Amino acid sequence: MNHPILMATLLLAPFVGFLINGLRYKRHSANLAGVIATTAVVISFISAILLVVDLVGLPPETRVISVKFFEWISVASLKINAGFVLDPVSAIMILVITGVGSLIHLFSIGYMHHDAGAAKYFAYLNLFLFNMLILVLGDSLPVMFVGWEGVGLCSYLLIGFWFTDDQKAAAGMKAFVTNRVGDAAFLLGMFILFLSFGTLTFSEINQLAPTDPTLAWMNPVTLGTLFLFIGATGKSAQIPLYVWLPDAMAGPTPVSALIHAATMVTAGVYMIVRLNPLFLAAPNTMMIIAIIGALTVLLGATIGMTQWDIKKVLAYSTVSQLGYMFLACGVGAFGAAMFHLMTHAFFKALMFLGSGSVIHAMHEEQDIRKMGGLKKYLPITHWTFFFGWVAIIGLPPFAGFFSKDEILAFAFFSPLGHEALWAVGALGATLTAFYMTRLMALTFWGKSRVPKDTHPHESPPTMSIPLIVLGVLSIVGGWIGIPHVIGAILPGHPENFLEHWLHHSIKPIPGLTPFDVTTEWVLMGVSVTLAICSAFVAYHMYVQAPQKPEKVAKAIGPVYKVIYNKYFVDEAYFAGIINPLVKASKGLWYYIDVNFIDKTTYVISDVVRGGGSLVRSLQNGNIQVYAMYISLGLVATLLFLLVR
Amino acid sequence: MLSTDLFTQIGLGHYLVLSALLFCCGMAGVLLRRNAIVLLMSIELMLNAVNVSFVAFSRYLGQQEGQIMVFFVMTIAAAEAAVGLALAVSIFKRFREVNIRYFEHLKG
Repeated sequence: MNHPILMATLLLAPFVGFLINGLRYKRHSANLAGVIATTAVVISFISAILLVVDLVGLPPETRVISVKFFEWISVASLKINAGFVLDPVSAIMILVITGVGSLIHLFSIGYMHHDAGAAKYFAYLNLFLFNMLILVLGDSLPVMFVGWEGVGLCSYLLIGFWFTDDQKAAAGMKAFVTNRVGDAAFLLGMFILFLSFGTLTFSEINQLAPTDPTLAWMNPVTLGTLFLFIGATGKSAQIPLYVWLPDAMAGPTPVSALIHAATMVTAGVYMIVRLNPLFLAAPNTMMIIAIIGALTVLLGATIGMTQWDIKKVLAYSTVSQLGYMFLACGVGAFGAAMFHLMTHAFFKALMFLGSGSVIHAMHEEQDIRKMGGLKKYLPITHWTFFFGWVAIIGLPPFAGFFSKDEILAFAFFSPLGHEALWAVGALGATLTAFYMTRLMALTFWGKSRVPKDTHPHESPPTMSIPLIVLGVLSIVGGWIGIPHVIGAILPGHPENFLEHWLHHSIKPIPGLTPFDVTTEWVLMGVSVTLAICSAFVAYHMYVQAPQKPEKVAKAIGPVYKVIYNKYFVDEAYFAGIINPLVKASKGLWYYIDVNFIDKTTYVISDVVRGGGSLVRSLQNGNIQVYAMYISLGLVATLLFLLVR
Repeated sequence: MLSTDLFTQIGLGHYLVLSALLFCCGMAGVLLRRNAIVLLMSIELMLNAVNVSFVAFSRYLGQQEGQIMVFFVMTIAAAEAAVGLALAVSIFKRFREVNIRYFEHLKG
């Protein structure tokens, strides 16, 4: 079919859904709104599939479908089209966004069933998908930025969806403000790139990107990529701007699954992959990305081990997994980053929806200390969550294993990588296995700590079907990227399909030598063994000997306290940045604004009012007096003519 | 000219003086009286003062346009009187008086 029409359908279907639900949100019932919204996204998903089928039909070297709708900005040498481009990278993204998006919309029908504002919720969700698709498909940085801001807005609206609760409204605000910091850097990066390249289109920037890496810090390429990366840390919740993501859990749980696990938070990774030739030309930026990514892996994983809120654990897990993606980008393994992005979208969306199902069953209870033994009551949720669990801790042959080990292998072998980065990644995998097992154990296994007046019940089919589909995807999702060493010993020698698919969109790492097979097996064995051991330790601690965790926490007292309080980062931000800003603003308000600016305006208004009161009596509403003025004017004119 | 011929011959000057006097009478009525009907009559007086000067000039210059203009003025004056009287009647019906201060009640 016609590409522009398909592209327009893909983009506009969610927008139409947004308009229908948004304009009549008071009249639509939860079910009607949900069906409208879900239909819109499914239409989008079908057009995405049709487009990708066409894309597959093209020869690999020219596998790009680009559509230009109209010229958007044209000033001097700056020409920006409302153009959208589908290439192998964005193809993965649109399939994940619309596919996982459809499932989450379906899940929401059940989850938001009792909510009075359900139609508004679905309208926001559709608007989010529309913006996300613009972000992903845009052919230039400004078009991407439109979507980038749009998803930020929808994220704010949905985090603060229950805005009558002050804390939730504040969480939305925190997310928005933190994102603005990153967005400012994104804009600066865009300006620098435009100054040095004279264009903002991805394809042209990638063509113009220097082939020789430049080590200078003040080089426009290094600076530009660095600023873009800061923008990415805001959207993708990396150090130092990750603080908003855990708070973002205030939103409805399907929102956390869609926006804060599967799609929006991966936008930063996607942007870096989009500009991979440019980032490869700036090794300094790459080094910083890898280090920040590795640190974020550890930070998220350690905090995740201590939290009691089921969604907070998953939130810190997301921060940590996003760290893996940035680690992959930093060592040049852009394909591995996309791979992990995709598998993470499957299993993390699954686990968020699973937690939503648990919270729904527990009547809005989120504290895992009050759960336990839910396996009996929620069999479907438990088993789907189980497959998410084996996928995230990286057990072969589940999805997370392939993507995480590809990242770890690249961190070890890539000339941009380092053994230490691999070690941090492996340690992160160990911690991941621990906190996820802890979550499983406290929620589903062991003895029930459910309060007596709560009767957990399995969720309706609209909620369990998405769970089952995502569970299957978490099992098979990794099989499209089977590494060569494993493919070689499997029957039929399956190839690394993903690598072939992305081959022409991603620049190879300069100086990369083929992996040493023995070392790769050893690395893989070590990380899997560590993960299994740590899972067993966690199982032992939380199921077999439930009094142990407390003892351990006491033994390492101060360390535990620091981690439990999230390293006091929020407090440090308040003390170092927010409070001084607030104080300075208050000072300006009390002294400068009240004493100087307000006074000036008062004086001006007094002068005007005084002048007005002088002539006010002239306009008294009496017609005869007005007629008198006219006559006097006439007489004056006549006198003037006579005297002259 | 006006000054020399004033007492010897009736000419343009006489008509203009008459017109000015009538106009001033009318204007004084409009400015000073409060009765709506008297106001309407005063306005009529002002319009007819103008008509007098129109006709005088028309005759003096030997052109017809001035007289045609008079017909227009008369038509409009009739229309204005009709509207004005209607207003006056309705004000009278309500307040038993036609003082123009009652028109303030028309304020929205």
